[in-house]
Amino acid sequence: MAAAPLRITIEHLESFAIGAWIMGTGGGGEPYFSLLEARQHWAQGKSVELIDPMSLGDDDLIACVGQMGAPIAMQEKMCDGPVIAATISMMEEYLGRKFKAVMLWEVGGNNGFQAFLAGAILGLPVVDCDAMGRAFPQADMTTFAISDFSAAPWTMIDIRKNSVIFTEAVDWTWMERMTRKVCTVFGSAAATCKAPRTGREIKSGTCLYTATKAMRIGRTVQAARKAHADPIAAVLQSEKGKLLFRGKVKDAMRRATEGWLRGTVQIDGLDENRGETFRLDFQNEWSVGWQNDKVVVTVPDLICIMDTVSGEAIGTETIRYGQRVTVVALPAPAILMSTKGLKHVGPRAFGYDIDFKSIFPETAR
Amino acid sequence: MIRLGIDVGGTNTDAVLVDGDTVRHSVKTATTPDVSTGIVQATKKLASQNPAAHRADAVMVGTTHFTNAVVQRRGVSRIAAVRVGLPAAATLEPFVDWPPDLRTLVKGPTFMIQGGHEVDGTPLAPFDRAAMKDAALQIADSGVEAVGISAVFSPLNFAAEREAAEILQTVAPHVAVTMSHELGRIGLLARENVTLLNASLVSLARRTTGGFVDALRESGIQAVLYITQNDGTVSLADQAARFPVHCFASGPTNSLRGAAFLSGLKEAMVVDVGGTTSDIGCLRRGFPREANNAVEVGGVRTAFRMPDLLSIGLGGGTIVDPKNPNQVGPLSVGYQLEERATVFGGSEITLTDVAVAAGLVDLGERKRTAKFGKDFVNQVITRCHDMLAEAIDRMKTDAEDLPLIAVGGGCFLVPEKIPGISKVVHVAHQGVANAVGAAIAQVSGEVDQIFQNMSRGEALEKARVLASERAVKGGASLKTIAVVEEEDIPLSYLPGNSLRVRVRVVGDVQQRPRATTENKDRLRRE
Repeated sequence: MAAAPLRITIEHLESFAIGAWIMGTGGGGEPYFSLLEARQHWAQGKSVELIDPMSLGDDDLIACVGQMGAPIAMQEKMCDGPVIAATISMMEEYLGRKFKAVMLWEVGGNNGFQAFLAGAILGLPVVDCDAMGRAFPQADMTTFAISDFSAAPWTMIDIRKNSVIFTEAVDWTWMERMTRKVCTVFGSAAATCKAPRTGREIKSGTCLYTATKAMRIGRTVQAARKAHADPIAAVLQSEKGKLLFRGKVKDAMRRATEGWLRGTVQIDGLDENRGETFRLDFQNEWSVGWQNDKVVVTVPDLICIMDTVSGEAIGTETIRYGQRVTVVALPAPAILMSTKGLKHVGPRAFGYDIDFKSIFPETAR
Repeated sequence: MIRLGIDVGGTNTDAVLVDGDTVRHSVKTATTPDVSTGIVQATKKLASQNPAAHRADAVMVGTTHFTNAVVQRRGVSRIAAVRVGLPAAATLEPFVDWPPDLRTLVKGPTFMIQGGHEVDGTPLAPFDRAAMKDAALQIADSGVEAVGISAVFSPLNFAAEREAAEILQTVAPHVAVTMSHELGRIGLLARENVTLLNASLVSLARRTTGGFVDALRESGIQAVLYITQNDGTVSLADQAARFPVHCFASGPTNSLRGAAFLSGLKEAMVVDVGGTTSDIGCLRRGFPREANNAVEVGGVRTAFRMPDLLSIGLGGGTIVDPKNPNQVGPLSVGYQLEERATVFGGSEITLTDVAVAAGLVDLGERKRTAKFGKDFVNQVITRCHDMLAEAIDRMKTDAEDLPLIAVGGGCFLVPEKIPGISKVVHVAHQGVANAVGAAIAQVSGEVDQIFQNMSRGEALEKARVLASERAVKGGASLKTIAVVEEEDIPLSYLPGNSLRVRVRVVGDVQQRPRATTENKDRLRRE
């Protein structure tokens, strides 16, 4: 049975910001600016209802929104809710139909907030699901692509209200290529409304209940901090996660290739890992981890690096030499680990000749 | 070269005379409410005990005055804010994340105007001159003395901020202008916050540095006046009057740098044990390691360079529970040590008392501690040593053992053997490490911007040149300039091999040419 709608308060969103940054697995940008904007909307009496995906009718039409671009561009131009809301209105105009609700494109990092901002501005409920269950660098690394849902139409607007609509794309790879070009022209930041989804598609082809999951993770961190307990241990317990390694960052090497930030972080062990080493590769998000030169964790398992003391997530753009960090893994949604799913988001999709083997035993999932 | 270092602390104003590489003399005087009188007293005392002070080439003053103004909400001015960036960043206005009480004090007329730049430096939208003129008129009418101007991506292209400032100054020539590109890195909100904080402190800074100049003149010392900054370097007094925010947190930085100088170590941990807290930091190439996280000043989120410090509630005045030797602190008798500590006839048991009982230091009357049990003393000292060792280990980021420099009035509390520490180093003048740190401060120049369409080597070289130019402008001697930090990050998604490069250089203060008798004679001979 579907859960009753949940009226989202600003306290929910404060927790969401913390949890979404952890679920960003190093990417997606810090959710600070969008949280600030949300505080303003909520202070003016706006809010949204979070609804259970299972409460949707099969033919209900749902918008899916997210920001696209470089986190550095967002740090200067920030992303405004009204622009993201405009992509939905543009899509409605093109379709000649109104949306019933809005869903998250990418729960991790700053992007999960976009659905809440747009929902508050347009008065639409938010559906408790997203298309990644974490953050990923490309549009073809989504449950929509895994489910072979259509990639078009797609609307895209910049801060000046320059707008583009992509009406056809052969597949998600083509949509990713085309939109990335326009994004660069827009100043490396664009608001997007992805291809609309039906209630039926959402029930079968998304990561379900990921918005409440982010809020739960955030609440766990907040409660632990308040009690002066270890926030990381609390998250691992509530999310059935695994502690992989504790140490200090020895080296952070970054390089820009093919339009992404890639690189490697080396960590020297501390405490129970003293004398050991851990190495992580990333493509915007953490992708593969080696302990003492042996692969121990890969995408799509969620690999998160957190500040050992505060439990705050650390991004691939900001991780720095000397930081004391803890590497943990959280279980990925089942849809990402299916045979078709792994074609899109498994280690090989990131260029590694490695078979995916989840760090979590199947029975525990 | 003779340098005077002056540290204006909450309780004491310390002054030291440094001749070349040697600390010749140090004095301690009480800090006065008007700050300047304390400086006059300290320098006069120093000069009367060592006349070489009159031959000083430079005087370096370290002060917590500006940080305290923000933290304690006093002395800050109401200012105007201009942001050039519409249609970007439209929903988050200037001051958006300030604590309400500080915002109420500081926020005056606030404007958002169309203009600014993109990540590649091209215009984001045409600059709205008419709107800026209108804003300038309103600012002139409002009576504010200072304004903070920020523009989107101004660290890459500052044209919009310059244009806005020019328009403002034709209408309101007496208003002090702070532009964000002069102060901060990429990240609009944090950079703008720093700009607005700076503008709110400019009036106070002018008065304060003016007071320093007068104090120096009154002391009869003719030397160039520098103010120390939070990165262990100094700026000329008139530059500091324009950018008071750079002086935030200079106290702990000076203490770390002073420890480096006094010990001759460049790679080390430092613990400064005061009366109430112990501050632990880490020296890298002789400079404090910087903190990673966003730094808040008085509740305002900024993007400052701040030393990475861990403070724990453990110092000479820390109160020990007589019934539980494991309950050490966090309460402290603070500056009332000489009234409340047992060895001075008081009724509290402080860590100083226990250290006296244990024979670690000789202060007050040891016989008053005779009533402490031997086990109690041992357990308290063990607990104190464990707390310090744990905190030091938390701050240590190298696997190899490092030396630890112990400074501050309570440094007798530091154990001689600590895991991960190769040796504990005690130094002379440890009680005035802050003033020593001020005296030996250098001048820095920093660059943090995106370079496009060039090789990594070319970009780094260009950044080094720019940073050196800035250091020389700030008073550094070109031939002494050295790079202390260099970091490059390729930027994902951006075209043209975009590389964000951050380079910081430092150099010794340019020695003032002096017309000494000896020089005059030599010149005549030549």
